[in-house]
Amino acid sequence: MKLFEFGERTAQVHDVLVTVEELAERDDARAVLLESADDPALLRPYLNRLDLVVLRFPIFRDGRGFTQARELREYLRFSGEIRAEGHILPDQAAFLRRCGVDSVVLPKNGNGDPDLWEKQLRQFPVAYQRSVLSELPVGPGLRVEEAS
Amino acid sequence: MSVPVGHYQYDRIDRDFLQARIAEFEGQVKRRLDGTLSEDEFKPLRLMNGLYLQLHAYMLRVAIPYGILDSRQLRKLGEIARRYDRDYGHFTTRQNIQFNWIRLEDTPDILRELAEVDMHAIQTSGNCIRNVTSDEYAGAAADELVDPRVHAEVLRQWSTLHPEFTFLPRKFKIAISGSPNDRVAARFHDIGILARPGEDGAPVFRIFVGGGLGRTPVIGEELFDSVREEHLLATLEAILRVYNAHGRRDNIYKARIKILVQAIGVEAYREAVEAELGQMELDRYRLTPEAVAAIRARFAVPLLEAPDDADAVLTQQRRDDPLFDRWVRSNTHVHRDPGHIIATISLKPAGGIPGDATSAQIGRLADLADAYSFGEIRITHLQNVVLGHVRKDRLRDLWLGLSEVGLAEANIGLIGDIVACPGLDYCALANARSIPIAQKLGARFADTALQAEIGALRINISGCINACGHHHAGHIGLLGVDKRGEEFFQLTVGGRAENGAALGTILGAALPEDETVDAIARLVDCYLGLRESGETFLETLTRLGHEPFREAAYEAV
Repeated sequence: MKLFEFGERTAQVHDVLVTVEELAERDDARAVLLESADDPALLRPYLNRLDLVVLRFPIFRDGRGFTQARELREYLRFSGEIRAEGHILPDQAAFLRRCGVDSVVLPKNGNGDPDLWEKQLRQFPVAYQRSVLSELPVGPGLRVEEAS
Repeated sequence: MSVPVGHYQYDRIDRDFLQARIAEFEGQVKRRLDGTLSEDEFKPLRLMNGLYLQLHAYMLRVAIPYGILDSRQLRKLGEIARRYDRDYGHFTTRQNIQFNWIRLEDTPDILRELAEVDMHAIQTSGNCIRNVTSDEYAGAAADELVDPRVHAEVLRQWSTLHPEFTFLPRKFKIAISGSPNDRVAARFHDIGILARPGEDGAPVFRIFVGGGLGRTPVIGEELFDSVREEHLLATLEAILRVYNAHGRRDNIYKARIKILVQAIGVEAYREAVEAELGQMELDRYRLTPEAVAAIRARFAVPLLEAPDDADAVLTQQRRDDPLFDRWVRSNTHVHRDPGHIIATISLKPAGGIPGDATSAQIGRLADLADAYSFGEIRITHLQNVVLGHVRKDRLRDLWLGLSEVGLAEANIGLIGDIVACPGLDYCALANARSIPIAQKLGARFADTALQAEIGALRINISGCINACGHHHAGHIGLLGVDKRGEEFFQLTVGGRAENGAALGTILGAALPEDETVDAIARLVDCYLGLRESGETFLETLTRLGHEPFREAAYEAV
């Protein structure tokens, strides 16, 4: 498994990765796997002990993971690592990062080239809407760029 | 360069963004060609940049945000039609333009040419927030309460490469109007927004959700009556977040937001949106008066000066020239300034293809816009063109100029003003050819005096149940169906997209193309025979019901 970090948090390695249902019985679990249909609010009782939430994308077109990541950051104030795995494309790197994802499990095909991911993170100089990142306005209007 | 009237003025940062988008797309094309991207992966990425693979060629759909462009941009579209297509372009019901005969390898060059005039094809397709549409008379109409273009631009910016909402269950269409007379079909959109002035001067927004046509036509329901400006973006984020998390992804025909709203009910949807808003950091999403003012400052305001006798000159010219008078009756709308008038230019010549314009016509329209309307052009969701600010005493000169290039058809809102999808001539989904029957109907009712006599009557034609020609919303709607390999058309009547939105209902069995044209002619004759003084087709239909029309339409079949 090759990881690619977006830069906010250092990726962590956990031997024990459990499902949401298993969390209640596994006091030792520090990492959980969310399927795209899972409601992130189910993690609320466990947030203090979780270091890592992995969002699984069954296919890159299934955008529920983006909303899950934002809910984790914005509603649940989760401050640990969020990782995306499964069928994801480098073209989604900046979207993932701006929704609160810290790292990805690189796909094992041509989409796993870390240079593509790196390039995509730097593709656009500005964005036209706020995200969960710390950003500053680049007037006029709605444009923002990342605070450095 | 001067600030354009009518749309947002780009600056260096906006232009850099477009260049970055082109570079990204070029990289995606390259990865498709070298095989690192599969066709399944490439398809949604190219669609999000407006590139379709149609029946015979690629089609590129270029965004015209809220339907407004300047003469420099329009000329560029004409050049692209000439150089990369077969010398014409097709204006769409989302106020965009599409080129139907594009080669894949030309697309990066076309995108670069578009970027020279601050244009692009971003989000004109794909399962993302599409080009935001607005009122074609925005900022000009006498009946307007709030100019919706500034907020349409806010929505354009906010929805551009939105990190959370670029891989939605299905496409997502937003329309915004600021007039009590709905000219945007607000209740046939995923989100329809009607702006009106609030008590503190800032606008408030009435928001409809879950409307749409397509396979499952639904009239949108009111979600909120009065959303304050500062909460507009937070509210839209919340609506989309509920949809992105809970919209169906197992069946593309059940994936639009309307299906979710229908499944859980609008009350439950509202509660879900309010629950999101209750958890959101509203400050982060606040649309500040400063941001709105900064965007507003990027729109130039036309200096409306007209001689005192402008209105009198026009009145006299109308008296002197009945042909001109007929065009003014059908093709103009009241401007907020008494010395000006709004002119709609029909792209529906009798026997022509609805929404098509040749590069020569496009170039001429740009010249006329420069001469008569501050260089500003609007594309309507009914596939026509509007010049928004024409001095009344110069309207006749404009009309004469239009006549020279075959663009002076006097049929706006009349039976010849047909909306049709591209149909089986272009589209891989279609069951029937929409264009030939539109041409035959146009030819049958070519006499503009007859059209004026018939009065307000909209015909909409879709080549399949995906309903791109909005047949459910037509006063008379035609739906192409396949009957054992033959093209038939099903007739609906009574639809409307304007105030009092309604879905058309089926009149009777589907007919072959030529019989359909005859049936519509009999149906119209029936209306002319039965109407009471001043009654429109819809009013007569409402008073008498389907039966007399059904009998007339099917009498000879």
